[in-house]
Amino acid sequence: MSRRVKLALYALLCVLCVPFVFPTWWMVTSSVKPISDIFAFPPALVPSRFDFSTYSRVFELQPFGQQYLNSLYIAAVVTVGTMAVAAMAGYAFARIRFPGQNVLFLVVLVGLLIPSEVTIVPLFQMFHAAGMTDTHWPLILVPILGAPSVLATFIMRQFFITLPDELEEAARVDGLGRFGTFYRVVLPLARPALGAVAIFTFLHSWNLYLEPIVFLSTPSKFTLPQALTQFVDAYGSPLWNVQLSAATMTALPILVVFVLAQRQFIEGLAHTGLKG
Amino acid sequence: MTDLSNRVAERAATRPRHFWTIPRRDALVGYLLISPQLAGSVLFVLLPLGLVVYYSLQEWNVLAGTFEFVGGQNYAKLLADPNMGQVLTSTALFSIGLVVLNLALALTLAILLDQRLRGTTFFRTLFFSPVLVSLVAWTIVWQFLLQQDGGVNGLLGAAGVDGPNWLRGETTALLSVVVVQVVKNVGLNMVLFLAALQGVPRQLYEAAQLDGAGAWTRFLRITVPLISPTILLTSIITVVGSLQVFAQIAVLTQGGPGMSTTVLVYYLYQQAFQFRHLGYGATLSVLLFLIVAALTLLQWRLRRKWVFHES
Repeated sequence: MSRRVKLALYALLCVLCVPFVFPTWWMVTSSVKPISDIFAFPPALVPSRFDFSTYSRVFELQPFGQQYLNSLYIAAVVTVGTMAVAAMAGYAFARIRFPGQNVLFLVVLVGLLIPSEVTIVPLFQMFHAAGMTDTHWPLILVPILGAPSVLATFIMRQFFITLPDELEEAARVDGLGRFGTFYRVVLPLARPALGAVAIFTFLHSWNLYLEPIVFLSTPSKFTLPQALTQFVDAYGSPLWNVQLSAATMTALPILVVFVLAQRQFIEGLAHTGLKG
Repeated sequence: MTDLSNRVAERAATRPRHFWTIPRRDALVGYLLISPQLAGSVLFVLLPLGLVVYYSLQEWNVLAGTFEFVGGQNYAKLLADPNMGQVLTSTALFSIGLVVLNLALALTLAILLDQRLRGTTFFRTLFFSPVLVSLVAWTIVWQFLLQQDGGVNGLLGAAGVDGPNWLRGETTALLSVVVVQVVKNVGLNMVLFLAALQGVPRQLYEAAQLDGAGAWTRFLRITVPLISPTILLTSIITVVGSLQVFAQIAVLTQGGPGMSTTVLVYYLYQQAFQFRHLGYGATLSVLLFLIVAALTLLQWRLRRKWVFHES
Protein backbone atom coordinates (compact mmCIF):
# COMPACT_ATOMS: atom_id res chain seq x y z
CA MET A 1 0.00 0.00 0.00
CA SER A 2 1.39 3.35 -0.97
CA ARG A 3 1.93 6.11 1.60
CA ARG A 4 -0.72 8.28 0.03
CA VAL A 5 -3.38 5.59 0.26
CA LYS A 6 -2.40 4.99 3.87
CA LEU A 7 -2.65 8.66 4.73
CA ALA A 8 -6.03 8.89 3.02
CA LEU A 9 -7.28 5.87 4.97
CA TYR A 10 -6.11 7.34 8.28
CA ALA A 11 -7.79 10.65 7.44
CA LEU A 12 -11.01 8.85 6.57
CA LEU A 13 -10.94 6.84 9.81
CA CYS A 14 -10.34 9.99 11.85
CA VAL A 15 -13.29 11.81 10.25
CA LEU A 16 -15.58 8.80 10.64
CA CYS A 17 -14.61 8.58 14.31
CA VAL A 18 -16.08 11.98 15.21
CA PRO A 19 -19.75 11.02 15.72
CA PHE A 20 -18.63 7.90 17.64
CA VAL A 21 -16.25 9.59 20.03
CA PHE A 22 -17.48 13.18 20.32
CA PRO A 23 -20.74 12.47 22.23
CA THR A 24 -18.98 10.48 24.95
CA TRP A 25 -16.18 13.03 25.19
CA TRP A 26 -18.77 15.80 25.35
CA MET A 27 -20.76 14.01 28.04
CA VAL A 28 -17.76 13.40 30.29
CA THR A 29 -16.19 16.85 29.89
CA SER A 30 -19.50 18.71 30.14
CA SER A 31 -20.30 16.98 33.40
CA VAL A 32 -17.44 18.87 35.04
CA LYS A 33 -17.95 22.17 33.20
CA PRO A 34 -19.58 25.19 34.82
CA ILE A 35 -23.07 25.69 33.39
CA SER A 36 -21.98 28.71 31.32
CA ASP A 37 -19.49 26.47 29.49
CA ILE A 38 -22.13 23.86 28.64
CA PHE A 39 -24.08 26.41 26.68
CA ALA A 40 -21.03 28.09 25.19
CA PHE A 41 -21.37 28.61 21.46
CA PRO A 42 -19.40 27.32 19.62
CA PRO A 43 -19.05 24.42 22.07
CA ALA A 44 -15.96 24.24 24.29
CA LEU A 45 -14.06 20.98 23.85
CA VAL A 46 -12.30 21.18 27.22
CA PRO A 47 -13.69 22.69 30.43
CA SER A 48 -12.39 26.20 31.19
CA ARG A 49 -12.42 25.25 34.87
CA PHE A 50 -13.61 22.20 36.78
CA ASP A 51 -16.92 22.27 38.60
CA PHE A 52 -17.95 19.06 40.33
CA SER A 53 -20.96 20.53 42.11
CA THR A 54 -23.49 18.90 39.78
CA TYR A 55 -22.27 15.49 40.89
CA SER A 56 -23.59 16.10 44.41
CA ARG A 57 -26.85 17.57 43.05
CA VAL A 58 -27.50 14.26 41.25
CA PHE A 59 -27.80 12.61 44.65
CA GLU A 60 -29.87 15.45 46.16
CA LEU A 61 -32.55 15.46 43.47
CA GLN A 62 -33.18 11.72 43.44
CA PRO A 63 -32.28 8.60 45.43
CA PHE A 64 -29.57 8.10 42.81
CA GLY A 65 -27.37 5.85 44.95
CA GLN A 66 -30.29 3.51 45.50
CA GLN A 67 -31.18 3.60 41.80
CA TYR A 68 -27.59 2.80 40.92
CA LEU A 69 -27.65 -0.18 43.28
CA ASN A 70 -30.97 -1.33 41.79
CA SER A 71 -29.52 -1.39 38.28
CA LEU A 72 -26.31 -3.08 39.43
CA TYR A 73 -27.92 -5.85 41.44
CA ILE A 74 -30.65 -6.52 38.87
CA ALA A 75 -28.06 -6.74 36.08
CA ALA A 76 -25.84 -9.01 38.23
CA VAL A 77 -28.65 -11.37 39.21
CA VAL A 78 -29.99 -11.49 35.64
CA THR A 79 -26.51 -12.18 34.24
CA VAL A 80 -25.69 -15.02 36.62
CA GLY A 81 -29.20 -16.47 36.31
CA THR A 82 -29.16 -16.36 32.52
CA MET A 83 -25.73 -18.00 32.38
CA ALA A 84 -26.98 -20.86 34.57
CA VAL A 85 -30.28 -21.39 32.77
CA ALA A 86 -28.74 -21.08 29.30
CA ALA A 87 -25.74 -23.32 30.03
CA MET A 88 -27.97 -26.06 31.42
CA ALA A 89 -30.55 -25.96 28.63
CA GLY A 90 -27.92 -25.43 25.93
CA TYR A 91 -25.96 -28.46 27.13
CA ALA A 92 -29.02 -30.70 27.31
CA PHE A 93 -30.23 -29.71 23.84
CA ALA A 94 -26.76 -30.16 22.34
CA ARG A 95 -25.39 -33.30 24.02
CA ILE A 96 -28.16 -35.38 25.56
CA ARG A 97 -30.69 -37.43 23.62
CA PHE A 98 -34.17 -37.56 25.07
CA PRO A 99 -37.65 -38.13 23.65
CA GLY A 100 -39.39 -34.98 22.39
CA GLN A 101 -36.13 -33.07 22.21
CA ASN A 102 -36.73 -31.45 18.84
CA VAL A 103 -40.27 -30.37 19.62
CA LEU A 104 -39.21 -28.90 22.96
CA PHE A 105 -36.33 -27.07 21.30
CA LEU A 106 -38.76 -25.53 18.80
CA VAL A 107 -41.03 -24.49 21.67
CA VAL A 108 -38.10 -22.69 23.27
CA LEU A 109 -36.97 -21.16 19.96
CA VAL A 110 -40.29 -19.32 19.54
CA GLY A 111 -38.82 -16.85 22.04
CA LEU A 112 -36.24 -15.78 19.43
CA LEU A 113 -39.02 -14.67 17.11
CA ILE A 114 -40.94 -12.61 19.64
CA PRO A 115 -39.74 -9.14 20.59
CA SER A 116 -40.49 -8.48 24.26
CA GLU A 117 -42.63 -5.50 23.21
CA VAL A 118 -45.21 -7.92 21.78
CA THR A 119 -45.86 -9.54 25.15
CA ILE A 120 -45.54 -6.49 27.38
CA VAL A 121 -49.33 -6.00 27.80
CA PRO A 122 -50.10 -9.55 29.00
CA LEU A 123 -46.91 -9.69 31.07
CA PHE A 124 -47.98 -6.50 32.80
CA GLN A 125 -51.37 -8.06 33.54
CA MET A 126 -49.84 -11.33 34.78
CA PHE A 127 -47.47 -9.57 37.17
CA HIS A 128 -50.25 -7.20 38.21
CA ALA A 129 -52.46 -10.20 39.08
CA ALA A 130 -49.58 -11.71 41.07
CA GLY A 131 -49.13 -8.44 42.99
CA MET A 132 -45.64 -7.97 41.56
CA THR A 133 -45.96 -4.64 39.78
CA ASP A 134 -43.75 -1.94 41.27
CA THR A 135 -41.31 -4.66 42.37
CA HIS A 136 -38.12 -5.81 40.66
CA TRP A 137 -39.43 -9.33 40.06
CA PRO A 138 -40.60 -8.76 36.46
CA LEU A 139 -37.21 -7.23 35.58
CA ILE A 140 -35.45 -10.29 37.00
CA LEU A 141 -37.69 -13.26 36.19
CA VAL A 142 -38.59 -12.46 32.58
CA PRO A 143 -35.01 -11.90 31.35
CA ILE A 144 -33.64 -14.98 33.15
CA LEU A 145 -36.33 -17.42 32.08
CA GLY A 146 -38.20 -15.79 29.21
CA ALA A 147 -37.47 -14.64 25.67
CA PRO A 148 -34.18 -12.78 26.40
CA SER A 149 -32.50 -15.95 27.70
CA VAL A 150 -33.48 -17.97 24.62
CA LEU A 151 -30.74 -16.32 22.56
CA ALA A 152 -28.27 -17.22 25.31
CA THR A 153 -29.49 -20.83 25.33
CA PHE A 154 -29.12 -20.94 21.55
CA ILE A 155 -25.55 -19.60 21.72
CA MET A 156 -24.60 -22.12 24.42
CA ARG A 157 -26.12 -24.95 22.38
CA GLN A 158 -24.13 -23.92 19.30
CA PHE A 159 -20.99 -23.96 21.42
CA PHE A 160 -21.63 -27.34 23.06
CA ILE A 161 -22.35 -28.94 19.67
CA THR A 162 -18.74 -28.26 18.63
CA LEU A 163 -17.26 -30.22 21.56
CA PRO A 164 -15.83 -33.62 20.59
CA ASP A 165 -17.73 -36.75 21.72
CA GLU A 166 -14.53 -38.30 23.06
CA LEU A 167 -14.44 -35.74 25.83
CA GLU A 168 -17.60 -37.01 27.44
CA GLU A 169 -16.70 -40.65 26.81
CA ALA A 170 -13.46 -40.08 28.65
CA ALA A 171 -15.28 -38.40 31.53
CA ARG A 172 -17.69 -41.31 31.68
CA VAL A 173 -14.89 -43.88 31.71
CA ASP A 174 -13.39 -41.92 34.59
CA GLY A 175 -16.62 -42.50 36.46
CA LEU A 176 -18.36 -39.17 36.16
CA GLY A 177 -22.12 -39.08 35.68
CA ARG A 178 -23.97 -36.65 33.43
CA PHE A 179 -24.07 -33.91 36.04
CA GLY A 180 -20.42 -34.42 36.91
CA THR A 181 -19.42 -34.27 33.24
CA PHE A 182 -21.43 -31.13 32.74
CA TYR A 183 -20.22 -29.33 35.83
CA ARG A 184 -16.59 -30.44 36.03
CA VAL A 185 -15.56 -31.04 32.41
CA VAL A 186 -17.81 -29.25 29.96
CA LEU A 187 -18.66 -26.05 31.81
CA PRO A 188 -15.04 -24.98 32.41
CA LEU A 189 -14.42 -25.40 28.67
CA ALA A 190 -17.36 -23.16 27.87
CA ARG A 191 -15.80 -20.06 29.41
CA PRO A 192 -15.55 -18.06 26.15
CA ALA A 193 -19.20 -18.67 25.29
CA LEU A 194 -20.27 -17.98 28.87
CA GLY A 195 -18.24 -14.77 28.80
CA ALA A 196 -20.01 -13.53 25.69
CA VAL A 197 -23.40 -14.46 27.14
CA ALA A 198 -22.48 -12.58 30.33
CA ILE A 199 -21.47 -9.45 28.41
CA PHE A 200 -24.54 -9.09 26.29
CA THR A 201 -26.90 -10.12 29.08
CA PHE A 202 -25.42 -7.49 31.38
CA LEU A 203 -25.64 -4.80 28.69
CA HIS A 204 -29.19 -5.78 27.85
CA SER A 205 -30.29 -5.55 31.46
CA TRP A 206 -28.34 -2.32 32.05
CA ASN A 207 -30.08 -0.66 29.06
CA LEU A 208 -33.60 -1.95 29.68
CA TYR A 209 -36.02 0.98 29.47
CA LEU A 210 -39.54 0.00 28.38
CA GLU A 211 -39.97 -2.66 31.07
CA PRO A 212 -38.88 -0.47 34.01
CA ILE A 213 -41.13 2.41 32.99
CA VAL A 214 -44.05 0.01 32.56
CA PHE A 215 -43.54 -1.95 35.77
CA LEU A 216 -42.08 0.56 38.26
CA SER A 217 -43.68 3.66 39.73
CA THR A 218 -41.75 4.40 42.96
CA PRO A 219 -38.59 6.50 42.37
CA SER A 220 -36.52 4.55 44.93
CA LYS A 221 -37.16 1.39 42.89
CA PHE A 222 -36.23 2.95 39.53
CA THR A 223 -33.32 1.70 37.47
CA LEU A 224 -30.71 4.04 35.98
CA PRO A 225 -32.09 4.56 32.43
CA GLN A 226 -35.42 5.50 33.95
CA ALA A 227 -33.82 7.73 36.59
CA LEU A 228 -31.73 9.62 34.03
CA THR A 229 -34.79 11.13 32.39
CA GLN A 230 -36.15 12.43 35.71
CA PHE A 231 -33.65 15.25 36.22
CA VAL A 232 -35.99 18.04 35.14
CA ASP A 233 -36.93 21.41 36.60
CA ALA A 234 -40.40 22.42 37.80
CA TYR A 235 -41.48 23.06 34.20
CA GLY A 236 -40.32 19.69 32.89
CA SER A 237 -37.26 21.05 31.08
CA PRO A 238 -34.14 18.94 31.50
CA LEU A 239 -31.48 20.10 33.96
CA TRP A 240 -28.71 19.51 31.44
CA ASN A 241 -25.69 19.82 33.70
CA VAL A 242 -27.17 17.41 36.26
CA GLN A 243 -28.35 14.98 33.57
CA LEU A 244 -24.91 14.90 31.97
CA SER A 245 -23.24 14.19 35.34
CA ALA A 246 -25.69 11.38 36.05
CA ALA A 247 -25.30 10.04 32.51
CA THR A 248 -21.51 10.03 32.92
CA MET A 249 -21.83 8.02 36.12
CA THR A 250 -23.95 5.37 34.37
CA ALA A 251 -21.70 5.17 31.32
CA LEU A 252 -18.24 5.23 32.86
CA PRO A 253 -18.11 1.92 34.80
CA ILE A 254 -18.85 -0.15 31.70
CA LEU A 255 -16.51 1.90 29.52
CA VAL A 256 -13.70 1.42 32.04
CA VAL A 257 -14.27 -2.34 32.23
CA PHE A 258 -14.34 -2.41 28.44
CA VAL A 259 -11.07 -0.54 28.01
CA LEU A 260 -9.40 -2.92 30.48
CA ALA A 261 -10.74 -6.08 28.86
CA GLN A 262 -11.14 -4.80 25.31
CA ARG A 263 -9.79 -7.86 23.48
CA GLN A 264 -11.83 -10.51 25.27
CA PHE A 265 -14.86 -8.29 25.02
CA ILE A 266 -14.89 -7.82 21.27
CA GLU A 267 -13.61 -11.26 20.36
CA GLY A 268 -16.02 -12.91 22.76
CA LEU A 269 -18.92 -11.21 21.03
CA ALA A 270 -17.59 -11.84 17.55
CA HIS A 271 -16.91 -15.54 17.91
CA THR A 272 -20.04 -16.68 19.61
CA GLY A 273 -22.23 -19.08 17.73
CA LEU A 274 -21.97 -16.96 14.63
CA LYS A 275 -19.86 -19.27 12.55
CA GLY A 276 -22.64 -20.97 10.66
CA MET B 1 -26.61 -43.15 55.14
CA THR B 2 -23.32 -44.42 53.74
CA ASP B 3 -24.39 -47.91 54.70
CA LEU B 4 -27.51 -47.51 52.64
CA SER B 5 -25.75 -46.12 49.61
CA ASN B 6 -23.17 -48.91 49.85
CA ARG B 7 -25.92 -51.43 49.75
CA VAL B 8 -27.56 -49.70 46.80
CA ALA B 9 -24.25 -49.71 44.99
CA GLU B 10 -23.74 -53.39 45.76
CA ARG B 11 -27.13 -54.25 44.42
CA ALA B 12 -26.54 -52.21 41.33
CA ALA B 13 -23.28 -54.00 40.75
CA THR B 14 -24.64 -57.52 41.20
CA ARG B 15 -27.95 -57.13 39.45
CA PRO B 16 -28.64 -55.66 36.01
CA ARG B 17 -30.64 -52.46 36.26
CA HIS B 18 -34.08 -52.93 34.84
CA PHE B 19 -35.57 -49.50 34.80
CA TRP B 20 -32.82 -46.91 35.21
CA THR B 21 -30.87 -47.75 32.10
CA ILE B 22 -28.32 -45.25 30.86
CA PRO B 23 -30.58 -43.77 28.16
CA ARG B 24 -33.35 -43.32 30.71
CA ARG B 25 -31.10 -41.67 33.23
CA ASP B 26 -29.77 -39.44 30.44
CA ALA B 27 -33.29 -38.49 29.47
CA LEU B 28 -34.13 -37.60 33.07
CA VAL B 29 -31.04 -35.42 33.37
CA GLY B 30 -31.94 -33.81 30.03
CA TYR B 31 -35.43 -32.92 31.17
CA LEU B 32 -34.10 -31.57 34.46
CA LEU B 33 -31.53 -29.38 32.73
CA ILE B 34 -33.98 -27.86 30.25
CA SER B 35 -36.82 -27.44 32.76
CA PRO B 36 -36.08 -23.83 33.87
CA GLN B 37 -35.81 -22.59 30.28
CA LEU B 38 -38.81 -24.60 29.17
CA ALA B 39 -40.96 -23.40 32.08
CA GLY B 40 -39.87 -19.83 31.35
CA SER B 41 -40.71 -20.17 27.67
CA VAL B 42 -44.17 -21.49 28.46
CA LEU B 43 -44.90 -18.98 31.23
CA PHE B 44 -43.28 -15.83 29.81
CA VAL B 45 -43.45 -16.38 26.04
CA LEU B 46 -46.18 -18.80 24.93
CA LEU B 47 -48.77 -17.93 27.58
CA PRO B 48 -48.45 -14.14 27.02
CA LEU B 49 -48.55 -14.73 23.28
CA GLY B 50 -51.85 -16.57 23.67
CA LEU B 51 -53.11 -13.91 26.08
CA VAL B 52 -52.23 -11.06 23.73
CA VAL B 53 -54.42 -12.62 21.03
CA TYR B 54 -57.20 -13.14 23.59
CA TYR B 55 -56.93 -9.56 24.87
CA SER B 56 -57.05 -8.23 21.33
CA LEU B 57 -60.61 -9.58 21.12
CA GLN B 58 -61.73 -7.59 24.18
CA GLU B 59 -62.83 -4.02 24.63
CA TRP B 60 -60.63 -3.32 27.60
CA ASN B 61 -60.11 0.18 28.88
CA VAL B 62 -58.66 0.33 32.37
CA LEU B 63 -59.65 3.96 32.86
CA ALA B 64 -63.25 3.29 31.89
CA GLY B 65 -63.24 -0.07 33.71
CA THR B 66 -64.54 -2.03 30.72
CA PHE B 67 -63.60 -5.59 29.80
CA GLU B 68 -65.91 -7.34 27.37
CA PHE B 69 -65.65 -9.60 24.37
CA VAL B 70 -66.04 -7.63 21.16
CA GLY B 71 -64.73 -10.07 18.56
CA GLY B 72 -62.94 -8.39 15.69
CA GLN B 73 -63.86 -4.84 16.66
CA ASN B 74 -60.31 -3.89 17.66
CA TYR B 75 -59.08 -5.16 14.31
CA ALA B 76 -61.74 -3.11 12.53
CA LYS B 77 -60.60 -0.13 14.61
CA LEU B 78 -57.01 -0.85 13.55
CA LEU B 79 -57.95 -0.78 9.87
CA ALA B 80 -59.92 2.45 10.32
CA ASP B 81 -57.39 4.15 12.64
CA PRO B 82 -56.46 7.42 10.91
CA ASN B 83 -53.06 7.33 12.64
CA MET B 84 -52.07 3.92 11.29
CA GLY B 85 -50.99 5.21 7.87
CA GLN B 86 -48.55 7.63 9.48
CA VAL B 87 -47.39 5.08 12.10
CA LEU B 88 -46.67 2.39 9.52
CA THR B 89 -44.95 4.89 7.21
CA SER B 90 -42.74 6.15 10.04
CA THR B 91 -41.97 2.57 11.09
CA ALA B 92 -41.08 1.54 7.54
CA LEU B 93 -38.98 4.65 6.84
CA PHE B 94 -37.20 4.27 10.16
CA SER B 95 -36.48 0.57 9.66
CA ILE B 96 -35.34 0.88 6.06
CA GLY B 97 -33.15 3.89 6.86
CA LEU B 98 -31.67 2.18 9.87
CA VAL B 99 -30.98 -1.17 8.22
CA VAL B 100 -29.47 0.27 5.05
CA LEU B 101 -27.32 2.81 6.86
CA ASN B 102 -26.28 0.38 9.59
CA LEU B 103 -25.25 -2.48 7.29
CA ALA B 104 -23.52 -0.20 4.76
CA LEU B 105 -21.58 1.64 7.45
CA ALA B 106 -20.75 -1.56 9.36
CA LEU B 107 -19.37 -3.20 6.22
CA THR B 108 -17.43 -0.07 5.22
CA LEU B 109 -15.86 0.24 8.67
CA ALA B 110 -15.06 -3.47 8.78
CA ILE B 111 -13.33 -3.31 5.38
CA LEU B 112 -11.37 -0.20 6.41
CA LEU B 113 -10.25 -1.90 9.62
CA ASP B 114 -9.38 -5.11 7.78
CA GLN B 115 -6.62 -3.31 5.83
CA ARG B 116 -3.03 -3.87 6.80
CA LEU B 117 -2.71 -0.70 8.81
CA ARG B 118 -1.24 0.08 12.20
CA GLY B 119 -3.67 1.17 14.88
CA THR B 120 -6.72 -0.66 13.57
CA THR B 121 -7.32 -2.10 17.06
CA PHE B 122 -7.39 1.43 18.42
CA PHE B 123 -9.93 2.57 15.82
CA ARG B 124 -11.97 -0.59 16.32
CA THR B 125 -12.20 0.30 20.01
CA LEU B 126 -13.35 3.82 19.21
CA PHE B 127 -16.05 2.69 16.77
CA PHE B 128 -17.21 0.04 19.20
CA SER B 129 -17.29 2.26 22.30
CA PRO B 130 -20.85 3.67 21.87
CA VAL B 131 -22.18 0.10 22.23
CA LEU B 132 -21.00 0.25 25.84
CA VAL B 133 -22.41 3.67 26.73
CA SER B 134 -25.76 3.10 28.36
CA LEU B 135 -28.56 3.69 25.87
CA VAL B 136 -30.45 6.45 27.65
CA ALA B 137 -27.22 8.28 28.58
CA TRP B 138 -26.20 8.20 24.91
CA THR B 139 -29.61 9.46 23.81
CA ILE B 140 -29.63 12.28 26.37
CA VAL B 141 -26.26 13.53 25.14
CA TRP B 142 -27.47 13.52 21.54
CA GLN B 143 -30.66 15.26 22.55
CA PHE B 144 -28.49 18.04 23.91
CA LEU B 145 -26.20 18.06 20.88
CA LEU B 146 -29.12 18.20 18.43
CA GLN B 147 -30.83 21.23 19.99
CA GLN B 148 -31.11 24.41 17.96
CA ASP B 149 -28.07 25.87 19.77
CA GLY B 150 -26.47 22.48 20.51
CA GLY B 151 -23.09 21.01 19.66
CA VAL B 152 -23.94 19.67 16.21
CA ASN B 153 -25.03 23.06 14.95
CA GLY B 154 -22.02 24.55 16.73
CA LEU B 155 -19.73 22.32 14.67
CA LEU B 156 -21.70 23.08 11.52
CA GLY B 157 -21.52 26.80 12.35
CA ALA B 158 -17.76 26.54 12.63
CA ALA B 159 -17.82 25.21 9.05
CA GLY B 160 -20.06 28.10 8.00
CA VAL B 161 -23.29 26.09 7.69
CA ASP B 162 -26.53 27.06 9.40
CA GLY B 163 -27.95 23.87 10.93
CA PRO B 164 -31.69 23.23 11.29
CA ASN B 165 -33.49 22.56 14.57
CA TRP B 166 -32.98 18.84 14.17
CA LEU B 167 -35.58 17.41 16.53
CA ARG B 168 -38.34 19.86 15.57
CA GLY B 169 -38.53 19.23 11.82
CA GLU B 170 -40.43 16.13 10.64
CA THR B 171 -37.77 14.88 8.23
CA THR B 172 -34.76 15.86 10.31
CA ALA B 173 -36.29 14.32 13.47
CA LEU B 174 -36.67 10.92 11.83
CA LEU B 175 -33.22 11.21 10.31
CA SER B 176 -31.78 12.18 13.71
CA VAL B 177 -33.27 9.18 15.49
CA VAL B 178 -31.92 6.88 12.77
CA VAL B 179 -28.41 8.33 12.92
CA VAL B 180 -28.28 8.35 16.74
CA GLN B 181 -29.30 4.68 16.76
CA VAL B 182 -26.93 3.66 13.95
CA VAL B 183 -23.90 5.31 15.56
CA LYS B 184 -24.82 3.70 18.90
CA ASN B 185 -24.98 0.13 17.61
CA VAL B 186 -23.10 -0.15 14.33
CA GLY B 187 -20.04 -1.35 16.27
CA LEU B 188 -21.70 -4.70 16.92
CA ASN B 189 -22.31 -5.42 13.24
CA MET B 190 -18.85 -4.08 12.41
CA VAL B 191 -17.28 -6.64 14.75
CA LEU B 192 -19.32 -9.46 13.21
CA PHE B 193 -18.29 -8.38 9.70
CA LEU B 194 -14.65 -8.10 10.76
CA ALA B 195 -14.70 -11.65 12.09
CA ALA B 196 -16.24 -12.81 8.81
CA LEU B 197 -13.76 -10.87 6.66
CA GLN B 198 -10.85 -12.37 8.55
CA GLY B 199 -12.18 -15.80 7.62
CA VAL B 200 -11.86 -15.12 3.88
CA PRO B 201 -8.70 -16.81 2.58
CA ARG B 202 -6.18 -14.22 1.32
CA GLN B 203 -5.06 -16.50 -1.50
CA LEU B 204 -8.41 -15.99 -3.22
CA TYR B 205 -7.75 -12.26 -3.49
CA GLU B 206 -4.21 -12.83 -4.70
CA ALA B 207 -5.37 -15.31 -7.33
CA ALA B 208 -8.10 -12.94 -8.52
CA GLN B 209 -5.63 -10.08 -8.68
CA LEU B 210 -3.33 -12.17 -10.86
CA ASP B 211 -6.30 -12.81 -13.12
CA GLY B 212 -6.72 -9.07 -13.45
CA ALA B 213 -9.78 -8.52 -11.27
CA GLY B 214 -10.07 -4.98 -9.88
CA ALA B 215 -10.83 -4.12 -6.27
CA TRP B 216 -14.57 -3.73 -6.90
CA THR B 217 -14.85 -7.04 -8.77
CA ARG B 218 -12.92 -8.80 -6.00
CA PHE B 219 -15.32 -7.30 -3.44
CA LEU B 220 -18.43 -8.38 -5.34
CA ARG B 221 -17.22 -11.81 -6.47
CA ILE B 222 -15.20 -12.94 -3.47
CA THR B 223 -15.95 -10.92 -0.35
CA VAL B 224 -19.73 -10.63 -0.59
CA PRO B 225 -20.41 -14.31 -1.40
CA LEU B 226 -18.05 -15.56 1.30
CA ILE B 227 -19.42 -13.36 4.05
CA SER B 228 -23.06 -13.74 2.95
CA PRO B 229 -24.05 -15.87 5.98
CA THR B 230 -22.93 -13.01 8.22
CA ILE B 231 -24.80 -10.50 6.05
CA LEU B 232 -27.95 -12.58 6.48
CA LEU B 233 -27.47 -12.89 10.23
CA THR B 234 -26.74 -9.20 10.81
CA SER B 235 -29.62 -8.13 8.58
CA ILE B 236 -32.08 -10.31 10.51
CA ILE B 237 -30.79 -9.00 13.85
CA THR B 238 -30.86 -5.40 12.60
CA VAL B 239 -34.32 -5.56 11.01
CA VAL B 240 -35.90 -7.08 14.10
CA GLY B 241 -33.94 -4.67 16.32
CA SER B 242 -35.08 -1.68 14.26
CA LEU B 243 -38.71 -2.59 14.93
CA GLN B 244 -38.04 -2.65 18.69
CA VAL B 245 -36.52 0.80 19.06
CA PHE B 246 -38.31 2.54 21.89
CA ALA B 247 -36.07 4.32 24.42
CA GLN B 248 -34.42 6.55 21.82
CA ILE B 249 -37.79 7.78 20.57
CA ALA B 250 -39.26 8.17 24.05
CA VAL B 251 -36.28 10.30 25.10
CA LEU B 252 -35.45 12.18 21.88
CA THR B 253 -38.78 13.09 20.30
CA GLN B 254 -41.73 11.46 22.14
CA GLY B 255 -42.93 10.43 18.72
CA GLY B 256 -43.04 14.00 17.39
CA PRO B 257 -43.06 16.44 15.79
CA GLY B 258 -46.60 15.55 14.81
CA MET B 259 -46.41 11.76 14.55
CA SER B 260 -43.35 11.73 12.32
CA THR B 261 -41.32 9.51 14.68
CA THR B 262 -44.20 7.54 16.21
CA VAL B 263 -43.13 4.04 15.24
CA LEU B 264 -45.32 1.02 15.96
CA VAL B 265 -43.74 0.12 19.32
CA TYR B 266 -44.05 3.68 20.57
CA TYR B 267 -47.69 3.85 19.42
CA LEU B 268 -48.34 0.53 21.16
CA TYR B 269 -46.85 1.92 24.38
CA GLN B 270 -48.95 5.10 24.15
CA GLN B 271 -52.19 3.24 23.53
CA ALA B 272 -51.65 0.56 26.17
CA PHE B 273 -49.86 2.36 28.97
CA GLN B 274 -50.58 6.08 28.53
CA PHE B 275 -54.19 5.97 27.30
CA ARG B 276 -54.80 2.59 29.00
CA HIS B 277 -56.52 1.02 25.98
CA LEU B 278 -55.11 -2.41 26.76
CA GLY B 279 -57.33 -4.25 24.26
CA TYR B 280 -56.23 -2.01 21.42
CA GLY B 281 -52.64 -2.16 22.66
CA ALA B 282 -52.86 -5.95 22.46
CA THR B 283 -54.17 -5.66 18.89
CA LEU B 284 -51.19 -3.50 17.97
CA SER B 285 -48.94 -6.13 19.61
CA VAL B 286 -50.44 -8.81 17.37
CA LEU B 287 -49.72 -6.59 14.35
CA LEU B 288 -46.12 -6.08 15.51
CA PHE B 289 -45.70 -9.83 15.95
CA LEU B 290 -47.07 -10.54 12.48
CA ILE B 291 -44.71 -8.00 10.90
CA VAL B 292 -41.66 -9.37 12.74
CA ALA B 293 -42.60 -12.96 11.93
CA ALA B 294 -43.25 -12.18 8.26
CA LEU B 295 -39.95 -10.31 7.84
CA THR B 296 -37.97 -13.03 9.60
CA LEU B 297 -39.54 -15.76 7.46
CA LEU B 298 -39.00 -13.73 4.29
CA GLN B 299 -35.32 -13.25 5.06
CA TRP B 300 -34.96 -16.92 5.93
CA ARG B 301 -36.57 -17.87 2.62
CA LEU B 302 -34.30 -15.52 0.73
CA ARG B 303 -31.22 -17.12 2.24
CA ARG B 304 -30.95 -19.55 -0.67
CA LYS B 305 -30.53 -16.65 -3.04
CA TRP B 306 -28.29 -14.63 -0.80
CA VAL B 307 -26.22 -17.06 1.08
CA PHE B 308 -23.42 -18.63 -0.82
CA HIS B 309 -22.53 -21.37 1.60
CA GLU B 310 -23.96 -22.68 4.79
CA SER B 311 -22.01 -24.90 7.08
